[in-house]
Amino acid sequence: MTVYIAAIPARRRERCLLRASGEGIARRFRSAALSGLPTMPYQNVLLANVGKPNSHTLAAYLASGGYSTLRKVLKEKSPQEVVEIVRASNLRGRGGAGFPTGLKWSFLPDKHPGPIYFCVNADESEPGTFVNRVQMEHDPHQVLEGTIISCYATGASRAYIYIRYEYPLCWKRMQAAIDEARAAGYLGRNILGSGFSLEVYLHRGAGAYICGEETGLIESIEGRRAWPRIKPPFPAVEGLFRKPTVVNNVETVACVKHILERGVAWFKSIGTPADPNDPRDPGSYGPKLFGISGHVNRPGCYEAPLGISCRELIERFAGGVWKGRKLKAVVPGGLSTGVITAEEIDTPMDFSGPLRVGCLGLGTGCLIVLDETYSMVDFLYNSCRFFAHESCGQCTPCREGTHWALQMLRRIKAGRGRIKDLDLLLEIGDTIGILPGTTICGLADGAAWPIKTAIRKFRQEFEDYIKHTNVAGWMETQPVPALEQSAVAH
Amino acid sequence: MCTASRLLSDQTIAAIEELFPCYPTRQAVVLPALHIINQQLGHVPPQAVEELATLLGLAPAQIQDTLSFYGFFKQDKPQGKVRIWFCHSLSCAARGAEELLEHLCATLGIRPGQTTPDGMFTLEAAECLGLCDGAPAMLANDTVYTDLTREKLDQIVQSLRSTAS
Ligand SMILES: Cc1cc2nc3c(=O)[nH]c(=O)nc-3n(C[C@H](O)[C@H](O)[C@H](O)COP(=O)(O)O)c2cc1C
Ligand code: SF4
Ligand code: FES
Repeated sequence: MTVYIAAIPARRRERCLLRASGEGIARRFRSAALSGLPTMPYQNVLLANVGKPNSHTLAAYLASGGYSTLRKVLKEKSPQEVVEIVRASNLRGRGGAGFPTGLKWSFLPDKHPGPIYFCVNADESEPGTFVNRVQMEHDPHQVLEGTIISCYATGASRAYIYIRYEYPLCWKRMQAAIDEARAAGYLGRNILGSGFSLEVYLHRGAGAYICGEETGLIESIEGRRAWPRIKPPFPAVEGLFRKPTVVNNVETVACVKHILERGVAWFKSIGTPADPNDPRDPGSYGPKLFGISGHVNRPGCYEAPLGISCRELIERFAGGVWKGRKLKAVVPGGLSTGVITAEEIDTPMDFSGPLRVGCLGLGTGCLIVLDETYSMVDFLYNSCRFFAHESCGQCTPCREGTHWALQMLRRIKAGRGRIKDLDLLLEIGDTIGILPGTTICGLADGAAWPIKTAIRKFRQEFEDYIKHTNVAGWMETQPVPALEQSAVAH
Repeated sequence: MCTASRLLSDQTIAAIEELFPCYPTRQAVVLPALHIINQQLGHVPPQAVEELATLLGLAPAQIQDTLSFYGFFKQDKPQGKVRIWFCHSLSCAARGAEELLEHLCATLGIRPGQTTPDGMFTLEAAECLGLCDGAPAMLANDTVYTDLTREKLDQIVQSLRSTAS
């Protein structure tokens, strides 16, 4: 298949990787904060409008050429052609799994009588992740234009944008954008005279991380508890309301818009090319949003080519580790992906980079930076608490595993840990998840990776902590009682 | 249904009915409807569940099943006028959220999950709010507060108290 053949020579590839954004936008959009950076040829596209006055309004969006791509696509391209273009671009989903978008779309049944549904995943609840929020707050029409083009391609007549409850401004701005777009004829019946009709609705979450898992999201829209479904059948075959459904992330649909606007060659000129020796590697092409938070000088949402190094993101974009301290660990792509050490930060941030240093993957591309003073015991406690709280409880290994892990971390943190606990934690980490084949969804894998990476990469720190805080009992191998509830803060 | 003791206001019912065309099934209306009810009542008591069931033509259990999954909806008593979600996930914790949360607990005189006796504040320890670039961060009703410090928190609590009462 031609789509998997790398078209970019290695020298060119290096140049692409170097073309990091000089215009990454700081949270408060103070360009002054970034003016010390050399100007690089990479031009922001996903964040191009962010920071402009009233960037969330239709008027501002139209002024920057908005909706001209939709107009062109509806006039000049058939839905099949759009799918082909997205397929040829090798665009991979930005929601965490990196599944090729064109391939996902091609799983929809041919000539289905409909309706086909499209869901935009804006649940964004992975700790450390906030880039979809920036997109929806500052450029909701870009998200909407991408959604409309994606629906046209997939033949969807109705789209739901699932926004987490904690994003009230996104909700307001996306709703206003929908209203404006509909009044201007970009939504509704017979869009721009093309014969294509589409309704877009917002659906509001209620504070559950698992609603971001695509079938949990579907169940939640259907008005039920967000229990992920056993796959197959995959949503493309039987999804929302038992109809063929596509679920894509906010950033993914925004990329679709830019691919249709600028072309496949442009998209493939950015990022890490596919490995020519691995026919199954679709490469890591295109621009990516990187959220950086934690112990850095300039936390924020930045745009850069996929494949930029973790070091460059931290040092050049986020202004380095705060307070002049040394780096200890980085969560490369949202908490689920695990941690990398200070020695591993030259890792390229593309779909394969974090894998090579033992992490789950690129995840959401959002980094959490931890300095030398932060305890890895605190890190793991925080992580285990999150996943225990968010497990939906359907699968025993996940429900029990995440809770046992949390109980052990609580006990370790409180000075009652045993060395043996580290091995028990690793046993949990190695056995829960889709990869070991014991759970329905990937939440358990996400819970496992921080455990596996933190303990394997920082074992000495854990052992020291346990030995120092539990002088009398660290070597105990017999079962010990759990911590009484009163000893637990929150 | 006896109108005299009906909990759901005409306005709430109208807002829920407006959602019907957005979804092909009535079950799918449940979650947005719960949000609307929660907006009106500050919680979703069992009677409201029954009234919603009648409105949607579903069994109360079908609604209760959904409701009980989302920790967001409380059933026993109205939540405070200001509901605070204070993030203690990693990015915020790394920047001091745990200590700030303790400080907030002390200021309000309640633990996470509780409501102040005057019904003004409900405090929740929240997982990542997607505001990590502004850590430590919290959400109070629909308002976002970022880059929190003790001083900032004290001011925020004070101004919330005066505007909400
Ligand atoms: C526990 C869990 C939570 C997830 N949360 C999100 C999320 O908040 N946003 C998102 O886009 N994808 C999330 N995903 C990934 C989705 O299941 C799905 O792969 C994605 O939305 C597909 O979109 P994409 O192909 O455009 O990336 C989550 C997955 C799991 C297992
Ligand atoms: S893995 Fe965990 S979150 Fe996913 S379905 Fe099973 S119990 Fe639920
Ligand atoms: S970790 Fe607090 S908002 Fe993300």
